[in-house]
Amino acid sequence: MSDHDDVRTLDPDRGTLDRDHGMALLHEMIRIRRFEERCVELYSATKIRGFLHLYIGEEAVATGAMGALDPDDAVVATYREHGHALARGLPMDRVMAEMYGRADGVSGGRGGSMHLFDADTRFYGGNAIVGGGLPIAVGLALADRLRGRQRVTACFFGEGAVDEGEFHESLNLAALWDLPVLFACENNLYSMGVALAHAESQTDLALKAASYGVSAWSLDGMDVLDVEAGTRRAVDAVRAGGGPYFIEYRTYRFRAHSMYDPDLYRPKEEIAAWKERDPIVTFGAVLRERGWLEDADVEAIEDEVAAEIDDAVAFAEASPREPVEDLHRFVTTEVRP
Amino acid sequence: MTTMTMREALRTGLREALRTDERVFLMGEDVGAYGGCFAVTTGLLDEFGPTRIRDTPLSESTFVGAGIGAALGGMRPIVEIMTCNFSLLALDQVINNAATLLHMSGGQFNVPVVIRTTAGAGRQLAAQHSHSFEPIFAHVPGLRVVSAATHADARGMLATALADPDPVVIFEYPTILAFEDDVPDDPAPVDLDHAAIRRGGSDVTLVTYGATQHTVLAAAEELADDGIEAEVIDLRTLRPLDDATVLESVARTHRAVVVEEAWRTLGIGAEIAARVSEAAFYDLDAPVGRVASAEVPIPYARHLEEAALPSVDRIVAAVDAVVHHG
Repeated sequence: MSDHDDVRTLDPDRGTLDRDHGMALLHEMIRIRRFEERCVELYSATKIRGFLHLYIGEEAVATGAMGALDPDDAVVATYREHGHALARGLPMDRVMAEMYGRADGVSGGRGGSMHLFDADTRFYGGNAIVGGGLPIAVGLALADRLRGRQRVTACFFGEGAVDEGEFHESLNLAALWDLPVLFACENNLYSMGVALAHAESQTDLALKAASYGVSAWSLDGMDVLDVEAGTRRAVDAVRAGGGPYFIEYRTYRFRAHSMYDPDLYRPKEEIAAWKERDPIVTFGAVLRERGWLEDADVEAIEDEVAAEIDDAVAFAEASPREPVEDLHRFVTTEVRP
Repeated sequence: MTTMTMREALRTGLREALRTDERVFLMGEDVGAYGGCFAVTTGLLDEFGPTRIRDTPLSESTFVGAGIGAALGGMRPIVEIMTCNFSLLALDQVINNAATLLHMSGGQFNVPVVIRTTAGAGRQLAAQHSHSFEPIFAHVPGLRVVSAATHADARGMLATALADPDPVVIFEYPTILAFEDDVPDDPAPVDLDHAAIRRGGSDVTLVTYGATQHTVLAAAEELADDGIEAEVIDLRTLRPLDDATVLESVARTHRAVVVEEAWRTLGIGAEIAARVSEAAFYDLDAPVGRVASAEVPIPYARHLEEAALPSVDRIVAAVDAVVHHG
């Protein structure tokens, strides 16, 4: 529980970073970026259809935040969740197969880009109803509390979810019942085409969260170290029984909302200014400054990532389509007690 | 045998579930300190404590969603929504999550949540507390929708619902909570896969569900005085529908009338009539009849409310029309 004083920006302790970890973070961000760039190509080639919401520009959030979670923790995400799925450890080949709508996809071809699920990593989905995942996260945390398990449920959502009643209800209920939820708000400033200031009377999101008695911080979502350190601090506090925490990650999507969006609502200068803060470029510069990163290292990462993506595409291409006879599977549980 | 009210039967079922399985807990509006809006949960807070009998804020969408999440997390939550009129605030969670997650996740995440709510008019509560939304829920693949309108069902349906790996919505009926009946001390498990024939008859099949069956049974007695023996089928489970029991009955009686308190358009009656015409057209001696609520928001004034609802007279008239068809 906290009051207004908890609304602050963390200054993470960068002294603990070592080269291996730094390279791992850079690798993961590049992996997510290149995966999605390939998805764009595959979309244009009509291999992928439906909606495709890109995370490009926001990679530091999922990369840094997932590193703060334990394997036994739970993740609830949104329809812009490719980065979260990959960073959480869902196998890229099966994620790509899902993009293709194939039988080997993580959701058996029934979910697609917006609905990646994985029981093994406790990844409870891309939820495509804005705000719809928050009550589920509260319930997952309630189950842990009732069973006496020291687990955390991390619930990712965009700032558009703050418009929804479920945001307010969920923060209230999680705080009221002291539940182990990390509310991870990725504020990319636009809910589709509506700017935050055009949707919210109070745009200080951490302040809103704090009003429910939830400890709340804002972090620089373009800085993977800031994200990781701040998230770890919150997750440790939640796990220790400190009740729910809210983090606002200030970030920006470099691409349009979806493949259908002509992106007419954002000034070009604004997009350009945020691109100057590209999390991959800026973190690469940090690593170079420390003498840990050379051009050859970047090349090696790019080669490794390209090979993984090639394999994932080949896997998806080779994966069979789910038989139409199985259309009705999984509407209800097949093996009943 | 023990004589108890419907209210006590429901409470007995809840108590048995809470005693049997430590994963079971109850949450909803006023289930604890108040004892339940309809006094169904009276005493449970004292017996099981606030960890398992959880009063919630007036946040239908979020406490239903939390029930879904707790089910995903290995619990067996019973979520009470005071009336189905308020359930509309939680319909997003029920349809977009509870009913959908298993399929959308390719079979990975089933949602064993039980949602209890109430339906029905008859108490002059007007248009925001009197409606019957069973058909809305029964429309949705992935849900099991049941109606508890006998004492045995009221007591035993919950256990069967909690054993179901998928979401179950149980409709209960405030107008019949004070009805008394005998309940076996060691009841058999309630079968949620099949309709129940509540009264045998050879002349016409009356298909119904929920509290309306008590009106239908009264109508059947009146019809018997006129020499018409009606078979009364309580569907009990509205999704998936047990059409086999209905069709088997219609094959014997050759006539059917569906009676429900929901609105007529796109209701359960419409679905039953369609299925009978698809599968038993040549068994029929008359078109399937329907009795439902008038297509109005249920009004306050008693005489208007009564005029809107299925009544013995309207059921008898509908049966007469079907029996004397042609």
